[in-house]
Amino acid sequence: MQLIDQHAKAIMEGCKERARDAGLRFEDESLEYVVTNRDMIELSPKIMIPTLYDYWVHDVEVLQGKGRYELYPHNPYETVINTRPAISYYNDNNPDWLNVMIFYHVLGHIDFFQNNLYYRHTWDDDFAGRALADKRAIAKLRSEHGRWVDYVIEFARGMDNLVDFHGLVSDEHRPPHGPWSTRLDWYLDVFLQEEKQVRVSEYVQEVERYNQCVRDHGEDDAEEAYFADVVRRYPEFQAMYEKARTEHAPNDLRDIMRFVLEHSPFLERDENAWMRQIVQIVRETSLYFQPQIRTKIMNEGWASYWHETLFMQDDRIGGHEVDFARVNAAVTSMPRVGLNPYALGMRLFYFIEEAANKGRYSHKFLALLDQHQRREFDTHTGVGREFIFAVRENLNDYLFTSTFIEQDFVDRHELFVADKVLDEQRMVWQWYVKSRNADDYKQMVHDQLYHPPHVTIDPGRTKGGALALVHHFEGKPLVRDYIANTLLGIEYLWGGPVTLETTDVGDVQPSESPDQTPEVTWQRVRYTMRDRKLKREEI
Amino acid sequence: MTARRPAPGDVPTFRVVRRSPYAYGDLPWLQALDPPGGPPAVRVGSLDELMQRDARREEDGFPRKIRIGKLVKPARGGQKVVVVPTTVEEKLLHDNSISDSQEGGGGSGGSGEGDEGEVIGEQPVRPEEGEGDGQGPGQGEGAEHELESNAYDLGRILTEQFNLPNLEEKGRRRSLTRYTYDLTDRNRGFGQLLDKKATLRRIIQTNIALGRIDPRREMDPTGFLIAPRDRVYRVLSRERDFESQAVVFFLRDYSGSMGGKPTELVVSQHVLIYSWLLYQYGGLVETRFILHDTEAKEVEDFYTYHNSQVAGGTKVASAFRLMNEIVREENLQQDYNIYAFYGTDGDDWDTEGKETLPQIEEALRYVARAGVSITERSFGARRESEVEKYLEASGLLESHARNLRLDVMPDGADEARIIEGIRVLTAP
Repeated sequence: MQLIDQHAKAIMEGCKERARDAGLRFEDESLEYVVTNRDMIELSPKIMIPTLYDYWVHDVEVLQGKGRYELYPHNPYETVINTRPAISYYNDNNPDWLNVMIFYHVLGHIDFFQNNLYYRHTWDDDFAGRALADKRAIAKLRSEHGRWVDYVIEFARGMDNLVDFHGLVSDEHRPPHGPWSTRLDWYLDVFLQEEKQVRVSEYVQEVERYNQCVRDHGEDDAEEAYFADVVRRYPEFQAMYEKARTEHAPNDLRDIMRFVLEHSPFLERDENAWMRQIVQIVRETSLYFQPQIRTKIMNEGWASYWHETLFMQDDRIGGHEVDFARVNAAVTSMPRVGLNPYALGMRLFYFIEEAANKGRYSHKFLALLDQHQRREFDTHTGVGREFIFAVRENLNDYLFTSTFIEQDFVDRHELFVADKVLDEQRMVWQWYVKSRNADDYKQMVHDQLYHPPHVTIDPGRTKGGALALVHHFEGKPLVRDYIANTLLGIEYLWGGPVTLETTDVGDVQPSESPDQTPEVTWQRVRYTMRDRKLKREEI
Repeated sequence: MTARRPAPGDVPTFRVVRRSPYAYGDLPWLQALDPPGGPPAVRVGSLDELMQRDARREEDGFPRKIRIGKLVKPARGGQKVVVVPTTVEEKLLHDNSISDSQEGGGGSGGSGEGDEGEVIGEQPVRPEEGEGDGQGPGQGEGAEHELESNAYDLGRILTEQFNLPNLEEKGRRRSLTRYTYDLTDRNRGFGQLLDKKATLRRIIQTNIALGRIDPRREMDPTGFLIAPRDRVYRVLSRERDFESQAVVFFLRDYSGSMGGKPTELVVSQHVLIYSWLLYQYGGLVETRFILHDTEAKEVEDFYTYHNSQVAGGTKVASAFRLMNEIVREENLQQDYNIYAFYGTDGDDWDTEGKETLPQIEEALRYVARAGVSITERSFGARRESEVEKYLEASGLLESHARNLRLDVMPDGADEARIIEGIRVLTAP
């Protein structure tokens, strides 16, 4: 890998100035490399992170097809990686005007990485550096433990999609806890609401009573006075609270990987301490990539919005407007069928900016029913730019599309949900317009978003050395072929039997005629992995 | 909502439909940078090394992870197809295959004109060569290929490491080769017939080496020294007669129901059989490939056979009918031992085999061995597939026990099971 030449770097620095003037915010330093085909062979299995740890599977052609994007949620052909400084990759022979466009696109991504709050946990250190340290740590372990290191990597990667990314993000942004105790939290949040299921008025009364205690006794002694009364009324409270304290917090149960890491009797043993290190590395690597897949449409849309806007304003590239238009159209045009994140995201940002400029995200506009008035509505707020900067800071793909895809947007860009039917005679799939309804379109987008299975720990059954997982069924079964080896890996790291409760296809009624879709009935089942043998039972 | 069907020819044809937003990446999309070229095999150690790693896994008590016999196309140049080891990293994942391959199950974005219900384009179900993307079986672009050298390697590994039966050890009842004896081999020093020309050549080489020939002067043969080993003789030797050969038909169902696992299994099994035969007979096997849905077609090479995928209905009879026609027209049974391997998921619109069974019976008159493998859907109650049912009912399996074999494997079968299936199909 070679740095781009000084001439190109000067162009990049010029782009940075113009991007900053337009309001983008990113760190000063960035690294740009020219990549050759040879570099790509090495980089793409490592998801463009040059310092990622070595693992033999990276070197083998990985079977593609089923669940491709779910299995490998990170794009191996990314131009920019979220490191400090941000590293970006370029084709050797890009003409200057094209580089200007790509630089702006890259700066859009860097701005997104460094400002979108879902990336909060990646802001404090340089991933390239951390990955290098991890790579060295794994190399060292490999010299001590040989192929067992690769087994542990394999087993850890087997569950690296079962991490509680949202829990992590929410912890990052949680305001500091006040001076009150967790006992008070538990009393008000769990005991009253879930155990006693008190009426709202009673609940409010209880909160008010606490406030009164604070006023009467002061911050320090308020709780004592408050709970004196609670214990009188609910003699069982103290015991229940003590019991709850020893149980796992709900947050704990959502992150399978962390749970194994923290509670596995096998990993706890001294001689297995090195395994914990590996599981930790795999988990953190996974968490590092999580925000990327959850902001694909926004991130590409944001970068496309800015490369288009800033390129057109750039005074240095006069004469290349047509070249630019051709490339830009190819990248950001809406396909007749398909979902181009660049195109969809960019159009949404333009749409949101315009709507915000006209003051349409207001109660006044939403209350309007008259079509004509809605069309003409414009309060000239001039806050559109500001508004989209806030959007890029606070949302992810799900929230972005579910909040802002609306009928006006779908109509303006003539969007629709496409589907296909088989024409038996001519052996072609016929694609047709299924719906032009915004809600259907939104649903279609959501169906395509990355969504790993929702698996949690079942604390009731996790005892006596066993680990119990529950898959919360959301209409799709798990890939059955993969269950055995995944559970085998978890069993190894847990050091005891592992069960997984999930939903399988119970029966398929074969279609009467080729035109019909088979009917599927579901069956709740429990898989048990014990001594590397898988058992399946219906429940 | 169902589609209104316009007259054919009114609508454009879509070649590739990219459905997922995650199928887009900056480098190829924005910079038109090709995904890395060159087979991934350049990154791996030798195949043997990987197989060793895999064998190690078994010793350590974990299932094997490397699968072999898959084809991969390098992106750039497109000149080679190689057999490379592949693997998959198992995780708990949603299975979209239940809905995706069916109508109405997918749903994709779209933009542009068209009323609800209007057909806006078509996509051929049978992709023509050179289309489609992806690398698994049933997908892939067509390209010239150099399968053989790798397949040979694979055959060797199969024979050695998985202990597949070695055909030659079973006697020569159906030997594919005949031998003739002729004075074709050469031997230095002694033998049956002196090869004068070759001998003279050796003598001159010897004398050049000894410095006895000066290129500037006329050569004087009388001054040559002759070493005993310069004399080259012809000796009687055994020659393979290439006239006697075997032809192997690979037939498979590539209809819609075969999507995913069944195709993968059938194709894997056929790759393995193909490689194994190639190793066993050193290229003396001719292979023919037939794909069928409701109609059958012959494809010219294994690559196309391996990579084709469609979504039509299923008529098993068509494949056997085509094979029978080919055999009849080319009069193959006269000169060849004929083997046929057929793979399916067992679906057949001809549910009682009324059309299929007569075709199979006809085939049984000339084949030395027909092996039928059925991949059975594992979900739901075990239900015999149509093909399995009517084959069992027909009694052919008993009456032609010597040349018809059936193997039914679950669609979760692993490589060991596939190889076990080959044993069943090819056992004497």
